[in-house]
Amino acid sequence: MSIIEVSNLSKIYPVAIKEPGFKGTLSHFFQRKYRQIKAVEGVSFTLNQGEIVGFLGPNGAGKTTTLKMLTGLIHPSSGNVQVAGYTPYRRQKSFLNKISLVMGQKQQLLWDLPALDSLKINAAIYNIPDKVFKTRLDELATMLSLEEQLTQPIRKLSLGQRMKAELLAALIHHPQILFLDEPTLGLDVNAQAAVREFLRDYNTRYQSTIILTSHYMADIVALCPRILIINQGILVYDGELDKLLKSFADYRQVKIDLGSPLERKDLEKYGEISSIEGKEVCFSIPFAKLTSTITLLLEELDILDFSVQDPPVEEIISHLFTQGNLN
Amino acid sequence: MLKITRTLISVYYAYMLEYRAEIFFWILSGSLPIILMGVWIQAASNGGFSLSSLDFARYFFAVFLVRQVTNIWVIWEFEQEIIEGTLSFRLLQPLDPVWHHVARHLAEKLTRLPLVILFSALFFWLYPKATWSPDLSRIILTGLTVVLSFILAFLIQYNFSMLAFWMERATSIQQFWSLLQIFFSGIIAPLDVFPAPFKEALLWTPFPYINYFPSAMAVGLNIHLEKGLGIMFFWIVLCYTLNRWLWRKGLRQYSGMGA
Repeated sequence: MSIIEVSNLSKIYPVAIKEPGFKGTLSHFFQRKYRQIKAVEGVSFTLNQGEIVGFLGPNGAGKTTTLKMLTGLIHPSSGNVQVAGYTPYRRQKSFLNKISLVMGQKQQLLWDLPALDSLKINAAIYNIPDKVFKTRLDELATMLSLEEQLTQPIRKLSLGQRMKAELLAALIHHPQILFLDEPTLGLDVNAQAAVREFLRDYNTRYQSTIILTSHYMADIVALCPRILIINQGILVYDGELDKLLKSFADYRQVKIDLGSPLERKDLEKYGEISSIEGKEVCFSIPFAKLTSTITLLLEELDILDFSVQDPPVEEIISHLFTQGNLN
Repeated sequence: MLKITRTLISVYYAYMLEYRAEIFFWILSGSLPIILMGVWIQAASNGGFSLSSLDFARYFFAVFLVRQVTNIWVIWEFEQEIIEGTLSFRLLQPLDPVWHHVARHLAEKLTRLPLVILFSALFFWLYPKATWSPDLSRIILTGLTVVLSFILAFLIQYNFSMLAFWMERATSIQQFWSLLQIFFSGIIAPLDVFPAPFKEALLWTPFPYINYFPSAMAVGLNIHLEKGLGIMFFWIVLCYTLNRWLWRKGLRQYSGMGA
């Protein structure tokens, strides 16, 4: 059963243009000029209850704009959006009770007070009875390993703990749909892993629908079987992550450890070089030439060790961003 | 709604108490009427005004007290929320964001209360002649007008805050308005010292109802209570109506520009 239905969604923004220098400043002051920017163009997709979907795209691709249209924060310029049966921009109370948004670069918790105080406000706003609030708080705090930090002022928490507290605040009313915009931004590897694990557990336990944007591919690989790729406002891929990787990762990375360092020009004839660090060289070799290239390398070079690996997901996705429609 | 109000005020009270030292200085920053009190007492000692030195002392002390309630700063917070985009979080909750601001203001008034009592005790100890004892009906009516003054002052500034949806710095308009307010709301001088036609004209504007009217009510100056309350209600209703219209238009603008 689809919980989010998006068809032909577009958003066009007016953006003020200012020429540099004093003359530009004066003309900007007296007569402002605007340019229309197409942030999102003709995006269509549907999401089912309980799905976790990764929303990928380079900076300025239209990810956050789309999320904001799905949450009702911004009006679409054209197209239709239905989230949990509601038109988001009408911001009906019953709709707002079903959703939550977490933004990695912005916080909703009161900076100088413990998270518990902000959570009490949320509990009152969402009309959560005291007993239910306590049960949910205990449960979520345990899942997030945040019991000790709930009574400490937010400003005293680490970035990772703060993000966990933000997640707790966003989930205390048990939203049906959770929108996450870069939730692991700036977190260290351990904190990222903890947030990912929590989201996976939460999704399994409550069957909530999660849409996640992230620049960390590890988040996407760990959580999202399905991904949407948006580039320059246009949805270029909607499907399984594995399928995408299989179709487009038509090369492998061959890493060799040389007995003695060699010049780049001596190595280039074997294939495209991804990196050289001293005696360690990494080639990107097309799948079709893999066997012959490895044979040649082993025959002609003094190799101490070598390995063949799948290319990093980041690399594949960044190649894909530059291409057209991938479906 | 009662639970929301109670929770918001208690949490924001705790929040305001984090700024213990600042509260003291915020109160001091509103001591302009106390400074002007000295000036007017001196001026009145030579006669020539309809009010005596004692009237001036009581009046300016009442203005000092009223300003503790009618001091509003919502525009600075609202503008910051728009610039930083944190308004978006509030818009995603099933509660109008204005209630957060109202609760913050009420909580801040509560945190000021003990210090204001202390300042009052100090004032009457230093200037015992200025002590006056209004009757119960005057106390109730003063309380009512002070509450209405707070509502009016809040609505006016919240309306200027709405301009932040269209302007980068809505506070600049507020700063200009504050200048007018200092002169025309009875902070610099009670309206009674202005020429009668000017005072009469001013009484049709919202300015006097932010400081002068409740202060004059408190100390028993000659005011037209029913007419004054009627004009206050008119401005409150007008500001509220305007506010809802600006809010709807502003949200459309905010969502149009990217929230």
